[in-house]
Amino acid sequence: MKRLITLTVNDKKYEVAVEPNMTLVDLLRYELGLTGTKKGCEVGDCGSCTVIMDGNPVNSCLVLAVQANGRDILTIEGLETDEGLHPVQQAFVDKGAIQCGFCTSGMILSAKNLLDRNAKPDEAEVRMAISGNLCRCTGYQKIVEAIKSASGWREGSGKSHE
Amino acid sequence: MSEYSIINTRAPRLDAPDKATGRATFIDDLNMPGMLFGAILQSPLAHAKILNIDTSRAKKLPGVKAVVTAEEAGLVKYGVSPARYDETLYCHEKVRYVGDEIAAVAAVDLETALEAVSLIRVDYDDLPALFTIEEAMVEGAPALHEGFPQNICAEVHQEFGDVEAAFNECDLVRTDKFISKRQDAAFIEPHGCIADYDLSGHLTLHTSTQVPHYVMRTVAMVMGLPVGDVRVVKPYVGGGFGPKAEATPLEMSACILSMKTVRPVKMNYTREQVFLHSRARHQFIHTMTTGVKKDGTLMALKNECYLDGGAYTSFGIATVYYAGSLLGGPYKLPNMKYDGWRIYTNKPVCGAQRGHGGVAARAAWEHQLDIIAEELGMDPIELRLKNVMVAGDTTCNELNMSSLGMKECVEAVRQGSKWNAKRGKMPRGKGIGMACGFFVSGAGYPIYRSDTYHSTVLIKLSEDGGTVNVYTGSAEIGQGSDTTMAMIAAEALGVRLDDVRVASGDTEFGVDLGAYSSRQTLMTGHATKEAAEDVKRQVLEVLSEKLNTPVDGIDIKDGLIIFKSKDVDFSAIRARYIKEHRGWSDLPRGNDLTFREAARTAYLARGSIVGTGKYKPPELGGKYKGAAVGTSPAYGCSAQVVEVTVDMETGKITVDKMTDAHDCGFAINRTSVEGQMQGSLCMGLGEAMFEEVKFDEDGRILNANLGEYKIPTALDMPNVEAIIVESNEPNGPFGAKEVGEGAIIPTIPAILNAVYDATGVRINELPLTPERVYMALKAKVEKGDTRD
Ligand code: FES
Ligand code: FES
Repeated sequence: MKRLITLTVNDKKYEVAVEPNMTLVDLLRYELGLTGTKKGCEVGDCGSCTVIMDGNPVNSCLVLAVQANGRDILTIEGLETDEGLHPVQQAFVDKGAIQCGFCTSGMILSAKNLLDRNAKPDEAEVRMAISGNLCRCTGYQKIVEAIKSASGWREGSGKSHE
Repeated sequence: MSEYSIINTRAPRLDAPDKATGRATFIDDLNMPGMLFGAILQSPLAHAKILNIDTSRAKKLPGVKAVVTAEEAGLVKYGVSPARYDETLYCHEKVRYVGDEIAAVAAVDLETALEAVSLIRVDYDDLPALFTIEEAMVEGAPALHEGFPQNICAEVHQEFGDVEAAFNECDLVRTDKFISKRQDAAFIEPHGCIADYDLSGHLTLHTSTQVPHYVMRTVAMVMGLPVGDVRVVKPYVGGGFGPKAEATPLEMSACILSMKTVRPVKMNYTREQVFLHSRARHQFIHTMTTGVKKDGTLMALKNECYLDGGAYTSFGIATVYYAGSLLGGPYKLPNMKYDGWRIYTNKPVCGAQRGHGGVAARAAWEHQLDIIAEELGMDPIELRLKNVMVAGDTTCNELNMSSLGMKECVEAVRQGSKWNAKRGKMPRGKGIGMACGFFVSGAGYPIYRSDTYHSTVLIKLSEDGGTVNVYTGSAEIGQGSDTTMAMIAAEALGVRLDDVRVASGDTEFGVDLGAYSSRQTLMTGHATKEAAEDVKRQVLEVLSEKLNTPVDGIDIKDGLIIFKSKDVDFSAIRARYIKEHRGWSDLPRGNDLTFREAARTAYLARGSIVGTGKYKPPELGGKYKGAAVGTSPAYGCSAQVVEVTVDMETGKITVDKMTDAHDCGFAINRTSVEGQMQGSLCMGLGEAMFEEVKFDEDGRILNANLGEYKIPTALDMPNVEAIIVESNEPNGPFGAKEVGEGAIIPTIPAILNAVYDATGVRINELPLTPERVYMALKAKVEKGDTRD
């Protein structure tokens, strides 16, 4: 039996009927067409499906769509503004933190969430924040550099990004 | 200062903004109208006779559109090496491993397809299963494949020089055994595909592959279609590292299901199925005997290797050859003997993975060289420098080092890591180790015997001259090849990087053997450069005619036309261009004629301006059996120093620092080169420290997931000091050669050697789990050996 849920994704309200066993990642990807959220394992191991739910990063493959009822979700598609890429996205581009790009959405969201909580993380804090996001391509170094440089950008600009 | 405008810079990747915003489309992001979903039935048993397959209940399930077994798919044999095609799409007489494919279903949705799969009834008769090399090689052991007694899938016996005679002249000869484990490539995107067969008989396969060209050929052969009716298109791919370098049963199932239903069929492997399909790193058991003189001169190497291949051949013939041939360098080694056996077992199939065949061999040998250095009382770096090859040298197995910055790499890591200040001066529990390696920059020969070009590239200018479109069949799989080709095209043509667009990964764009053996920068790069030069020549010829000035008096640089003579009058060209583009806002102005105007002029004179380029290596290597494997137009090389801390109580290793110097010829994109180095070292670290695919006693994988099959996280991987060493490779485009695989080669032995330096314990078996290290430390204490 499908259940009707309402949720906010990237500031947009949706009302959708979902099967009780549908995961949030499948809802986002296949029902809402937000394919920027990736699926690398579907069992909570890889972090490629990371989204921000009510301010916390979650593996959206481990969240049932019905559990997202009434929640506020941010996906990679919600990060850009009219001014362009979010500073974390821009830093990933500039620093060469992207290779195949399959881990990138989840990485960027974990990084953004870290910087929202801690504007000046040290390297250990950066590495801890992305330790649930597996990347097989980069060796993480340029990702860490990108996140550190994005935090610098925030200090310098004085802008805030929620 | 470089004489170049674009190459050798840190240009951001062309695809980075799309990937940073979630726009880049990977296979599972694609959908098609009327699309069906497919699922595969895989064997639950490791070795069994198939007595009967009953698909009747599956066929009756509402929503099921097609069910295929060997009966429908036929028994066309395929594989990677034509010499050893030993797979059929679906099993007929028997299954050979847990995961062997038996049938596939297409249905209106995935749930229905999976339910239908569960309704297929197969009656089996168990056969004895063989899970280890030892069991499989026993005389009279049941054969997985008819005609392969003792389950020897392939064997290699090579000798260069006279090893035994050389040993007699040595001051030190020692033998060591080394055991690596089966590993998984663990790319983050599981395989997926959509096959789309239309009523005019054309089959288009969208798939997450490294090798559109080979997939096209295999699919055409197995489906019984002419190559011209099969098109393979690769969307963005979430990593490959080897296992995506061959056609999969997933792809062919989607194709046959689409042909049966004349509807698009989507299929994905789950993560567990990625492990079952495998085609990743073999287990290697090496026994090496090396002889040296007192002064460290390497005299001879005898290398014996057994590979656990799994149930079919895949890339395995190349793998078993590489496990010998890739020790020919980078040291002067006059005598080398190699005996290798690849053994069939009832396990998932091993194939190619980053550093194909060379990783375990290198680990075994560089670990042994470290022991030898100690026995001779030599610094390990000095031992290597004593023997290092230089550009122009040829190995005893006839591989030619047309450029080789091996010595420079060793010196660079010695300095970069402060080796001299650290070696032998670190406290107990801390250690430093080093190793070297080299790798091909593109296989010298295609996988199937052929005189084919390895790469053809087409460049077409847009009719307004504003855009340079590069069309290539090469595969961007994350390594950055699209950006590399754009940079090469822009540099060779003389335009800005922003003016170039790359369309790749489509067999309609030309022939390209794809992303394996670290070949694209050199090979696709050559073809791209040649195509760009062809376009440039055509544009300059027209300009020369129109402006009445000699061709060699005109050049193109940074999107502008440079005339040697000051008094060339191009006002008529400009006036016409402006007239043709009334209403446009970005009309050319300034004192220089722009490339856009020149290209427009060329179009008006000649029609579409299309340049073509092609590349195939010259004949390479020796004449002995298997001489092709290991040949390449160029070789990259690297040296690494690793520093570790070992907890002497628990055996836990922390890798603190890595210093890597890689000779990539001339770097096209410096950021991408570093990215390949860092990524390679990370994979090597995982393989050294945690990675092992494990099985239960029935041949089922115990850790077919990314939670229990541990790959490095951001907490495991230290920063790498990445030092780019640039030799100028005469056979490379702009002097460029590989970095994507060579950089993984020294990582494992550098870690092993650092662990010894920290603990005084030699560990000859991977991975270096705390248990294994702890047991080794304990054994040493029990033996009363207190040497540090
Ligand atoms: S897909 Fe959700 S953690 Fe891997
Ligand atoms: S960039 Fe490929 S997995 Fe991270």
